[in-house]
Amino acid sequence: MQEDLAIRARGLRRSFGDLRAVDGIDLDVPRGMIFAILGPNGAGKTTLLRMLATLTRPDAGSAQVMGHDLSEHPEKVRAAIAMTGQFASLDEDLTGRENLVMLARLWGFGWRAAKARAGELLAAFDLAEAARKQVKDYSGGMRRRLDIAASLIVTPGVLFLDEPTTGLDPSARAGVWRLIRGLSAEGVTILLTTQYLEEADQLAGRIAVIDHGRKIAEGTSRELKAQTGSGVLHVTPLDPGNRAIALGILGEAAQADPEGARLSVPVTDDAEAAAHLARLAEAGIRLAEFSLGAPSLDEVFFALTGKEAA
Amino acid sequence: MSIPLPRGPRPAAPSPASSALTFAWRAVLKFRHVPEQLFDLVMTPIMFTLLFTFIFGGALAGSSTAYLQWFIPGILVQTTVFNTVYSGMGLSTDLSKGLFDRFRSLPIWSLAPFAGLMVGDMLRHSIAGAIILGIGLALGYRPEAGLTGILASFALLLAIGFGWGWIFIVLGLVVRTPMTVMTLGFAVLFPVTFASNIMVDPVTMPGWLQAFVAVNPVSLMTTAMRALMAGTATLGEIGLALLGPAILTALLAPLTLALYRRR
Repeated sequence: MQEDLAIRARGLRRSFGDLRAVDGIDLDVPRGMIFAILGPNGAGKTTLLRMLATLTRPDAGSAQVMGHDLSEHPEKVRAAIAMTGQFASLDEDLTGRENLVMLARLWGFGWRAAKARAGELLAAFDLAEAARKQVKDYSGGMRRRLDIAASLIVTPGVLFLDEPTTGLDPSARAGVWRLIRGLSAEGVTILLTTQYLEEADQLAGRIAVIDHGRKIAEGTSRELKAQTGSGVLHVTPLDPGNRAIALGILGEAAQADPEGARLSVPVTDDAEAAAHLARLAEAGIRLAEFSLGAPSLDEVFFALTGKEAA
Repeated sequence: MSIPLPRGPRPAAPSPASSALTFAWRAVLKFRHVPEQLFDLVMTPIMFTLLFTFIFGGALAGSSTAYLQWFIPGILVQTTVFNTVYSGMGLSTDLSKGLFDRFRSLPIWSLAPFAGLMVGDMLRHSIAGAIILGIGLALGYRPEAGLTGILASFALLLAIGFGWGWIFIVLGLVVRTPMTVMTLGFAVLFPVTFASNIMVDPVTMPGWLQAFVAVNPVSLMTTAMRALMAGTATLGEIGLALLGPAILTALLAPLTLALYRRR
């Protein structure tokens, strides 16, 4: 076991009946990193996370979490991690404060210390005003924040977040992102699942793309973009009237941006991009702007799986 | 944003008693936040008491007052047995919300959440029992053994609630939704509470049914409750009444743990 890995998994498998939810996944998550598992609905993300969190038993394979073996010492793994599931695991009848006090008590805090800890977390998570409201009256964003707070009663070595922003509005999502970055800055290793390419791109130091229970790619956001072997050339003709002609010159793979005047064409390297630009210049089409960009994660996902991302 | 993450050593894991106490506190809070649930618990037994006492009581026992003496110990058993369904529904809700996943990841005695459910149940049974008994007393019910009889019979009632509670905890673990737990629960409880000696003396029932009523654990519990209230209880009667709950606990508590660990 390498000391610098928070999670090391080899050949994890789990089936439900005929469905191979997780079909042999290896994972190395370095300590202190935000690591994203990216995949569409039903790819096996939640099952993988639940196995690593000792909540679902693997059919095969092994894993160590913070140096503890998943099957030999599940209780030590449990003590080293915290998990926030897809659905708020809170008692809706109780208030936010009562939920946190209850969990702090169950972690072994005395009543006074439990109340103090609950107060600290409520303040830090901007929930102090709602502390005495029943959780059933919380908004989606408040619920998610309380749920994450409930995972931080004691400092976990690894925090598992299953689709932390699914169903949240953009401002609540931004709030959760800030929270995740803040936790990472405090040194907590975070393993999160997401179906949002943007989320993985924004937050994660490394991304594993999974589909149908298998890992189909892994790397940094930049590496994944490079792995598809292509970038995209964007050009904007100075005279919008020339767009159709330019599109013809760029070839069949070129696409016009439905909203703007921009045209995009996938290229394998800079030489091909230069060739496109030269042909446009020969045809006398002046450009207002051109740029060569790495593909978006959407395009990467499409290239890797042959499907549109969910 | 700064998040307070304690760096020092974690507190020592709580004792089983302390974690069960925390779960019991949760049950009390639920009573405080959702007082309506008390209404669910006592509405049916109150209706039964009034219905049987004033409509059927005279015909069954000669007078309403005479019938009350027969009926109150029985309706207490029925109330308790029916109310065990609610702990199964509560468990099913916690499971479907993922709350149990969180409990499972805590350093607590693995049966503590169930012990907590049971403590909450005991509280529910005591409150519901006290309300029903209070109504009975107001209507003219007089237990011959007085306060001692009441305390002894309530102790038995809690033992009954504890034993029967396991049935619905197991159902809560295997059945997917709280509604299914309730439907299944009442499908079992209606026959066993009606085919018993709670409402009527079984002498007028057909022989095969009398044979069932005689061994029905609900009848044995009711007989012991009546005897405790009357101050005539024998060890044999109490033993028979406790047999059902004891067997249920012996079989279903380990099963609960196995099902819970397998999930």
